[in-house]
Amino acid sequence: MNEALTVEGLKVYYRTEKGTVRAVDDVSFSLARGESLAVVGESGSGKSTLGLTLIRALPANASIVSGRVYINGEEILSLSLSDFRRRYSWRVISMVFQGAMNSLNPVLKVGDQIAEPLIYNGGASRGEAQRRAMDMIELVGLPREFYYRYPHELSGGMRQRIVIAMSLVMNPRILILDEPTSALDVTIQAQIINLVKDLIEKLSLSVMFITHDLALASDIADRIMVMYGGQIVELGSAERVLGEAPKHPYTEKLLASIPRLRGETIPEFIPGRPPDLASPPPGCRFHPRCPYVFDKCRSEEPPLFKVGEGHVARCWLHGE
Amino acid sequence: MEEVIRLENVKKYYEVRSGLLGSKILKALDGVTLSIRKRETVAVVGESGCGKSTLGRVSLRLLDVTAGKVVFKDQDISRMKEEELRAKGFRKKMQIIFQDPYSSLNPFMRIGDIVAEPLEIHGYRKEEIREAVYRALEDVKLVPPEEFVNRYPHELSGGQRQRVNIARALVLGPEYIVADEPVSMIDASSRAEILLLLKSIRDSREMGVLYITHDIATARYVSERIAVMYLGEIAETGLTASVLKTPIHPYTILLLNSVPEPDPANRRKKRPVIRGEPPSPLNPPSGCKFHTRCPVATERCRIEKPALIEYLPGHFVACHRALEIMSGAVSVT
Ligand SMILES: Nc1ncnc2c1ncn2[C@@H]1O[C@H](COP(=O)(O)OP(=O)(O)OP(=O)(O)O)[C@@H](O)[C@H]1O
Ligand SMILES: Nc1ncnc2c1ncn2[C@@H]1O[C@H](COP(=O)(O)OP(=O)(O)OP(=O)(O)O)[C@@H](O)[C@H]1O
Ligand code: SF4
Ligand code: SF4
Ligand SMILES: [Mg+2]
Ligand SMILES: [Mg+2]
Repeated sequence: MNEALTVEGLKVYYRTEKGTVRAVDDVSFSLARGESLAVVGESGSGKSTLGLTLIRALPANASIVSGRVYINGEEILSLSLSDFRRRYSWRVISMVFQGAMNSLNPVLKVGDQIAEPLIYNGGASRGEAQRRAMDMIELVGLPREFYYRYPHELSGGMRQRIVIAMSLVMNPRILILDEPTSALDVTIQAQIINLVKDLIEKLSLSVMFITHDLALASDIADRIMVMYGGQIVELGSAERVLGEAPKHPYTEKLLASIPRLRGETIPEFIPGRPPDLASPPPGCRFHPRCPYVFDKCRSEEPPLFKVGEGHVARCWLHGE
Repeated sequence: MEEVIRLENVKKYYEVRSGLLGSKILKALDGVTLSIRKRETVAVVGESGCGKSTLGRVSLRLLDVTAGKVVFKDQDISRMKEEELRAKGFRKKMQIIFQDPYSSLNPFMRIGDIVAEPLEIHGYRKEEIREAVYRALEDVKLVPPEEFVNRYPHELSGGQRQRVNIARALVLGPEYIVADEPVSMIDASSRAEILLLLKSIRDSREMGVLYITHDIATARYVSERIAVMYLGEIAETGLTASVLKTPIHPYTILLLNSVPEPDPANRRKKRPVIRGEPPSPLNPPSGCKFHTRCPVATERCRIEKPALIEYLPGHFVACHRALEIMSGAVSVT
């Protein structure tokens, strides 16, 4: 079995005052052992919802409408929550939450925050947990004494290292990182990315890296999954999605919107705004913003078409 | 002379409490010289806390100046009080666009009233207000304006809200605008639109713009000149094309190397990084402030502060080893 994680037909909807928000709408993909998959998309495209579903940490107003998630061959959405927490949380799959570096407990030493799951979920003694937490602090490139620091005594980059240490403390095989660097300076971002690369290699992790930044995705990703309006619109190897011409018009435009330091291209922009997931447009969800739109796109929703080896795109330009 | 704003050796010190009794001096700006002409954008880049926003606010005289001069169109405004700035019309001529398109607009006001507010405060007549509001909305491409004036902020996307902010900054007909991270909170797919818009308005309204950003790559498209700041000082400044093509200061070189580009080959290599983090401005390093992180620092760098010297036409660098770096005798990466 080479798949660490397999997701099939996942739909996750939120109940809101405005109606049902289809945050994740029929998403299927798999993550191979030791693979890094970048999940890329604009704000509101459903990236965090997808991640939260995989670690069974959705808010109360969310419901999993359909779908299955297999980890090491076992379906985990049908497990009881306590069973999942006991057997999977932290120790098999863990997540660095979006904005976690800014929501550390201000009155607890960061080391104790790292050690906590070891004591409560792992049954370790205080001394063992403390030693292990210090090892983790060292692993993420900070001095062991940082165990005794409080969050406000650390810079943003250091706090990000701490939350990464927290996610790794029980030695998970699958790690989800949700926008781990978007609040940091590029200089510190580059340090954190290098650290994540080291960790992936050293611990042979399977990684799902969530980001809105396609350029940053290329730093980590073996494969790239582009999301738009709660759906996968393109999925393929980094070489195919970024190297050759992207196959989905949204990916193409997103790539063209990145300002480059080198080369002559002037960044473009995508007119309009992402769809409202409480009432997404009929047909292709990208059609109101797509430069290639034709009649069929307005009424019929395209499926994912195969456009190359292990490469799919949700667009009527690639099939019928 | 088409110069709109000039800062001469400007210093801005804050007194901050440290410990129970003492206080310390924080040198947020430590001798910055910079000028901006009509129809010119100068980009200010650098890490968090290096003094970019302080520079913007001092140049607008939203903050007092500790030392040095702020000159707006040949008039020294460094020591003017608020009433004088207002009475002499400087407040109208200088505006700021903030980073956050969400919290900066009153959710209970219509777009038309939000944009009109500065005009009302300055006592304009009704017909004048209507005309200026419509023109500003047209300039930021919120068209047709008669449709947008009646909308509320929550009915607009982040990019559209930021255009409302720009329109509000434009109504008084400013000659100088500070744009402090104007697109950092907007979706990537709309950023270029806002930046290119700002550039075209700058040209049609003949303004000077100070563009503050973390994102050096965007500076390339909107600015004619760039200033790279480190701990309250300018490390390197010059024509944007020259600085980006031939960076000389080790900090600039490494900063540029930190910027990711979408290339699948990236994952097989590591980016050269600047080690550590910026030191506390309360306790800045001696000599060259970058020496604690500079890969090519020497003994001299620890002791002697480098002067900002012109090494290429219009391209200034504050580094003792600039000539060696230019000739390739030492390599930073
Ligand atoms: N707790 C919630 N209740 C209701 N709707 C929600 C909730 N969380 C997210 N949503 C909605 O679900 C959709 C997907 O949100 P999600 O946070 O997964 O997107 P994202 O891709 O992570 O965005 P971002 O880049 O801004 O983090 C959005 O329309 C969002 O408004
Ligand atoms: N009112 C104040 N009192 C004391 N210190 C201040 C004050 N405002 C700013 N500072 C300090 O001055 C320095 C420069 O701050 P400034 O906000 O100008 O930086 P910046 O480059 O705009 O940073 P960012 O990129 O995070 O916006 C920082 O060390 C900051 O903590
Ligand atoms: S299906 Fe049609 S509207 Fe959708 S991305 Fe393809 S061409 Fe554009
Ligand atoms: S002066 Fe010295 S320490 Fe400063 S940037 Fe130049 S080489 Fe580095
Ligand atoms: Mg998210
Ligand atoms: Mg700032």
